[in-house]
Amino acid sequence: MSKSINLTLKVWRQDSPFAKGRFESYKAQNISTDMSFLEMIDVVNEQLTLQHKDPISFDHDCREGICGMCGCMVNGQAHGPEKGTTLCQLHMRHFSNGDTIVIEPWRSRAFKLIKDLTVDRGAFDKIIQAGGYISVNAGGAQDANAIPVPQQNAEQAMDAAACIGCGACVASCPNASAMLFTSAKVSQLALLPQGRPEAARRALKMIQCMDKEGFGNCTNERECEARCPKEISIIHIARMNREYIKAAFGSEET
Amino acid sequence: MQLDGKVPSGPLAQKWDKHRFELKLVNPANKRKFDIIVVGTGLAGGSAAATLAELGYNVKAFCIQDSPRRAHSIAAQGGINAAKNYPNDGDSIWRLFYDTVKGGDFRAREANVHRLAQVSNNIIDQGVAQGIPFARDYGGLLANRSFGGAQVSRTFYARGQTGQQLLLGAYSALSRQVGLGKVTLFTRREMIDVVVANGKARGIVVRNLVTGQLESHAADAVVLATGGYGNVFFLSTNAMASNVTAAYRAYKRGAFFANPCFTQIHPTCIPVHGTYQSKLTLMSESLRNDGRVWVPKNPGDKRAPHQIPESERHYYLEEKYPSFGNLVPRDVASRNAKEQCDQGKGVGDTGLAVYLDFGDAIKRDGRDVIEKKYGNLFHMYEKITADNPYQAPMMIYPAVHYTMGGLWVDYNLMSTLPGLFVLGEANFSDHGANRLGASALMQGLADGYFVIPYTIGGYLCDTQLDAVSDSDAAFKDTERQVKQRIDKLLSINGKRTVDDIHRQLGLIMWDHCGMARNNEGLDKARGKIQQLRAEFWENVKVPGSVSQFNQSLERAGRVADFLEFAELMVSDARARQESCGGHFNEGFQSEENEALRDDENYCHVSSWEYKGDDTEPEFHKEPLEFENVKLTQRSYK
Repeated sequence: MSKSINLTLKVWRQDSPFAKGRFESYKAQNISTDMSFLEMIDVVNEQLTLQHKDPISFDHDCREGICGMCGCMVNGQAHGPEKGTTLCQLHMRHFSNGDTIVIEPWRSRAFKLIKDLTVDRGAFDKIIQAGGYISVNAGGAQDANAIPVPQQNAEQAMDAAACIGCGACVASCPNASAMLFTSAKVSQLALLPQGRPEAARRALKMIQCMDKEGFGNCTNERECEARCPKEISIIHIARMNREYIKAAFGSEET
Repeated sequence: MQLDGKVPSGPLAQKWDKHRFELKLVNPANKRKFDIIVVGTGLAGGSAAATLAELGYNVKAFCIQDSPRRAHSIAAQGGINAAKNYPNDGDSIWRLFYDTVKGGDFRAREANVHRLAQVSNNIIDQGVAQGIPFARDYGGLLANRSFGGAQVSRTFYARGQTGQQLLLGAYSALSRQVGLGKVTLFTRREMIDVVVANGKARGIVVRNLVTGQLESHAADAVVLATGGYGNVFFLSTNAMASNVTAAYRAYKRGAFFANPCFTQIHPTCIPVHGTYQSKLTLMSESLRNDGRVWVPKNPGDKRAPHQIPESERHYYLEEKYPSFGNLVPRDVASRNAKEQCDQGKGVGDTGLAVYLDFGDAIKRDGRDVIEKKYGNLFHMYEKITADNPYQAPMMIYPAVHYTMGGLWVDYNLMSTLPGLFVLGEANFSDHGANRLGASALMQGLADGYFVIPYTIGGYLCDTQLDAVSDSDAAFKDTERQVKQRIDKLLSINGKRTVDDIHRQLGLIMWDHCGMARNNEGLDKARGKIQQLRAEFWENVKVPGSVSQFNQSLERAGRVADFLEFAELMVSDARARQESCGGHFNEGFQSEENEALRDDENYCHVSSWEYKGDDTEPEFHKEPLEFENVKLTQRSYK
């Protein structure tokens, strides 16, 4: 059953990338437990607007857990306390009356802050641009059933492909590593026969780009896996490492 | 003026081949001399930008989000249709064509729909080649499922995330071209206007959402793939940023708007539960493959579902439509749910919901099988409602989902503004008055991968294009107009927030221009919209400044356009004195409460030309000629 709760929010406010940031406290009153976390921020923003204050900037779009646009640290956890849940799908029934909630942006050298809770995740796009694709032009494909793919491989590829590119893995990692994100794409394409011709080049290029963009290395903390809203497994990091080693020592790619 | 769709002559099945041969070609060395702007990076825009770049054109791609991968195509769940006939169950290009024309209640252009059915197969080939992990059978070949409005299984899927996977496929192709330097990507840019020079679309003005700066971009042609306008209802299954602005601005610059009243209300969404709600969540139509829709037989029966015995349940779709059962098209399923709720048989706290029950399917196939097919959807449902659909039936209710109307385009996908092409949901062309499930992904990708790459070449060859630059007067004038409007929005400093006004607009539209309409309600809605618009421009409060990341200002601009567009929608609904597909005027229904078309007077595309803010738009007609299918009363019994 839905009920109303009152909360105190401590929200990171920062006007621009180079301005000094600070926490500000807001009361969130009469919050229905059926609301999503973002709807709760909407309510606070409506109040701030009417009080002639600057509403809190935060990224969001589909509000059904698939676009990957939303995400903040909620009490130190990416996307909040629920497992396998994006912030937009986190509902207020998981909080109690009187709670104080600390809300911060993703923090990572590679994700520059834009305003308040909004960061620039363009570095993820760069990683994909470096090799996260199969080079096939429109029009040149053979019949879709020409290459059978073992069902198990297709399923594993789909497990990896479920990544929504939200950045929670980076924000949760003490090294701000993008290994889970990068490996999800490397692994998806490595598992499929269509992806094999470029596998070596892909692994090398994407990892080089990841380093260049300022993401850290993996030291098996497993925080990424624990906080991934799509529960993507670090098995994919292991597969990427194998692909990388094969490519670095066994191919002519550089 | 009678509009000419420029449909090629000859037999239906040969039109596209013939047209492709007749279109002039730009030779490979010359392609790199042309600049093309693509606005929107969803299935249509992403695939178009990638494919045009593969051909050699210089492409500038723009998106409103922080990455092209966020476009709302990503949220499509159930699948994509294609006429592969892999299951050997009687499918063909002709059948997909026929089902789509019939599903659209005979209000789509035959030749466009046939072309769509033809290229549907290429899309699946392309997707597999890109590494999209479609569902497969044990033998390793592709699996299919069925969707509404069809009696064959022609829907390809990747769990309940087909839109995501297809979009990421298009995004990967686009990213490859960005890496190769053939596409320049502009993220967090919102298109605010089209620039017209010498009567042709030659560029756009965008707002850089991070800095607030206005930027002009010039090109030889502009491709809009900016999605639908479902958010005019405030509550819809669309993403928060989905809006009509790009399309509406193009309309104000001379592109006609076609069939704006054709909106799709999707039957299976999670019901509304509070006034604070910001959006509605869809539960894929694929669920109707195994879920059975029912309500209690007796109005006002408030017992929990498991306490209601089989004999007191009304499986109204199965009873009323024995041959299609729970898989009737969306408009039919939605209207029937409303009818049951209007009779007091609705369930849940609000009485505005029906059950979608998996009890029998789980008994028949086992929980594992059902979980494999729909696990992520069940998971999503439980997250939102805190109810477990494995144990109790889901509660669902119709919600605004898709808009069949859009900018008018000819067979080449060019609008009435020369040089402005419109793809995907943003155009009106393929779905008539109702779109069948799993056809939106098909259309977006057909337009982007397989239609625009040919037709844009024909335009560029046939057109005298003078040199333009983004410092020309046409660009500066447009920029100035855009700036004036933004300054005005910020200066009002009233007492109501943008969302507050948007929510009120949504209620007006839902009550009077939603699942069922009538003349009296539409007339009333018009006055209400005008009043609300006037209030907006006097009393809206937009905080912050122009030269910063300002999400309230972004929304204000979009809602200002919705407030104008809503009136066009209502006028169009009022002018169409018949019922067809998603446009159900209560004054025009059969004895069995089905939509009653008037083919003699309304077998046409209604297209509207902007004539000024204080002048009525001018009506133009494109008559629809059906040479290959016979117009019948749709029957799914």
